[in-house]
Amino acid sequence: MLPKGPRPRRRVAVVGAGLSLFARRALETGKELSYYAASAALESAGLRRRDVQAVVMASAPDAFDGVHMKGEYLSDGAGGWRKPYLRAYVGGGSGVFSIISGWTLVASGLFDVVLVVAEEKMSPTQPHPQAAFISIFDHTIERPLGPNLLWIFSLEQSRYMHTYGIANEDIARVSVKNKHNALGHPAAQLGAELTVEEVLASEVVAWPVHRLMVSPISDGAAAIVLAAEEVATRISDRPVWVEGIGWALDTSYWGNRDLAYPRYVEDAARMAYAMAGITEPRKEIHVVEPYDPFAYKELHHLEGLLLADRGKAPEDLANGRFDRDGPLPSCPSGGLMGVGNPIAAAGLMKLCELYWQLRGEAGARQVPNSPRRGLAQAWGDLMQIGTVAILGVR
Amino acid sequence: MEPSVAIIGIGLTPLRSVSPDVSFREMIFEAATRAYADAGVTPREIDTFVTVAEDFHEGTSITDEYTPDQLGAVRRPVQTIAGDGLQGLATAYMLIRSGIAETAVVEAHSKASNIVHHEQILALALDPTFERPRRFNPHAVAGLEMRRYLHEAGVGPEATARVVSKNRRAALTNTYAAYGADIGGDEVLASAPLADPLRELEVSRYADGAVVLVLASAEWIADRGATPVWIRGIGWATDEPSLSGRPWGTAVYARMACQAAYAQAGIRSAVGEINLFEVDDTYAYKELQHLEAALGLEVGEGARLTESARTANGQLRVNISGGNLGMGYGYDASALFRTAVTAHQLRGTAGPGQLKDIHSALVLSWRGIPTTTGGAVVLGAP
Repeated sequence: MLPKGPRPRRRVAVVGAGLSLFARRALETGKELSYYAASAALESAGLRRRDVQAVVMASAPDAFDGVHMKGEYLSDGAGGWRKPYLRAYVGGGSGVFSIISGWTLVASGLFDVVLVVAEEKMSPTQPHPQAAFISIFDHTIERPLGPNLLWIFSLEQSRYMHTYGIANEDIARVSVKNKHNALGHPAAQLGAELTVEEVLASEVVAWPVHRLMVSPISDGAAAIVLAAEEVATRISDRPVWVEGIGWALDTSYWGNRDLAYPRYVEDAARMAYAMAGITEPRKEIHVVEPYDPFAYKELHHLEGLLLADRGKAPEDLANGRFDRDGPLPSCPSGGLMGVGNPIAAAGLMKLCELYWQLRGEAGARQVPNSPRRGLAQAWGDLMQIGTVAILGVR
Repeated sequence: MEPSVAIIGIGLTPLRSVSPDVSFREMIFEAATRAYADAGVTPREIDTFVTVAEDFHEGTSITDEYTPDQLGAVRRPVQTIAGDGLQGLATAYMLIRSGIAETAVVEAHSKASNIVHHEQILALALDPTFERPRRFNPHAVAGLEMRRYLHEAGVGPEATARVVSKNRRAALTNTYAAYGADIGGDEVLASAPLADPLRELEVSRYADGAVVLVLASAEWIADRGATPVWIRGIGWATDEPSLSGRPWGTAVYARMACQAAYAQAGIRSAVGEINLFEVDDTYAYKELQHLEAALGLEVGEGARLTESARTANGQLRVNISGGNLGMGYGYDASALFRTAVTAHQLRGTAGPGQLKDIHSALVLSWRGIPTTTGGAVVLGAP
């Protein structure tokens, strides 16, 4: 049993959600992508821009676009013109953090209706956005080695496999599941029917990571509308409540940590469970959207979220526990592996998915048994930040 | 509205034009150590942490990676606001108001001396499709805005020169300031043109420094004891991002931010109820625009107040810290540098520059060229 934590003074609900298409190279600017997602979210909530009191923006490194103070540049596209407009930022964790940021505005009592927009446009970085990631590393100790994310995540996957005796076939099943799930998602970039053998036959990009175990480069945007209880119950037939939020940032010195287990994800999850009053997460979470930029990360994160025993998530996956019609559907959207990975937008896409799943509006992706509570999680920085949000319907 | 959140710990390193002896992490560590000692807490007693930073200023992408260790915030809830210092303060304030935190820390820093040509970074903030291809120096945006302001205000450049002289002199009594100097308006007008009518001495100069503020709820303060500088109201706003569509004479964002902060603080007449105005003066003319926003004046009235010497002779206390012109400019950290020295004034711990009878103060910030984003906070004495 986990402890219960402090309860917020005000209840906050999601009352609308929207996405742009996720694509390898969107012809639209970041402003336009933000506009599409924000407009779709407002339309689904039955609101207009003038009803929104403040806007929150999430977007990952400015280096992708080469635009300094990217939040300022995106402000009008996101609907922030002449409004309190705020960009919070925790690297790859920003997408799920964006609801935490928006929640803060509403829960504080200063605002009743807040629009949350997450946008990412990776394609301007040529020839490949991976090059932009050199600038995330320590300028003295690490940059001279010329690292990239594929290398350090292959280190982490190796450590995870070694510690628990996991085979690469076990990891490849995540790609198979998520790319299959994404076939039912109208905004998805890379839905596919694959076999474990096909995943393992794709080229090795940094052993043990194969190309089909990595999420794609993507452009896209996502948005949700948050409202205070007194507004949400008036304008929405089925508000989806923000029941718990949590986030935690580990030390910058990632080389000093055991990469087999994401303890910062557990820290974030415990904070969110405590706020939501969840003492037995495996019974009380009915659908989960863990962060899956690499196939192994979904399993790694399910363990950090205390939803699987350490080293046992691959076994649960093989037994069908995380299938869309399994006991704990995981990434029913198709996740980053299938829908795509416009970084901040991908995190918020997971919360959009929970909104639709909990309202029973997920169409071909709908999980069975009318889930009442879902969890979304994102991860980022130097394998360092965990961000968690728990949504629920009464 | 009864204030429910206060600043209870102030940590500020003296601002300096260069700091070759310390890294940005060491600067933050020093500011954090001072703030925790001032508040009488350890970092383990802090519930949530907010840092303020922009990647391109740091030379590091996803710069929040490098913040937790020196703040004592490893494996704790840490977030970065890619925005103005007052937006960071507002975030910490709101987290406490929400009920999930009783204590919070907000941090900002500037290692401006690491940046060889800041103008080249600023140029990357211009719209890549419509504005950047013109290849103008970003200070030209300030030059254009200053020209429009002087035109609408119907005043000459003497008003802005007077701002420089006033603020640089005021900084002489602020021990945290980097650029205190006894210079006259004539000297300012004789300095080199930068982007006509903007002159070199009318642009604040860069400074290195770090600031950490500890915040707590009223309940925590009642229980634990502290000297609170109350946050009575806080607001922020963004206007038009494109150069072509924005109003050039009026700082709309600052007016909106002040209105929000005043509404929360229950302030009806700023001039009668606020004793001290710390308004952004990154460029000298901005002090006039921002003063008009703070006092709800028409365009030009701020300039005439300044020309009448009312802001210099103590009748209206404006930027007695020396402002960004006198203290030094630290990007988005500037607003929190100014908040820290203002909190010292309200507590009576401002040292040689301490004024009497300061009960309420306004800090008004701006994110600089080419943004139209700013914040405002009304602070109250213990």
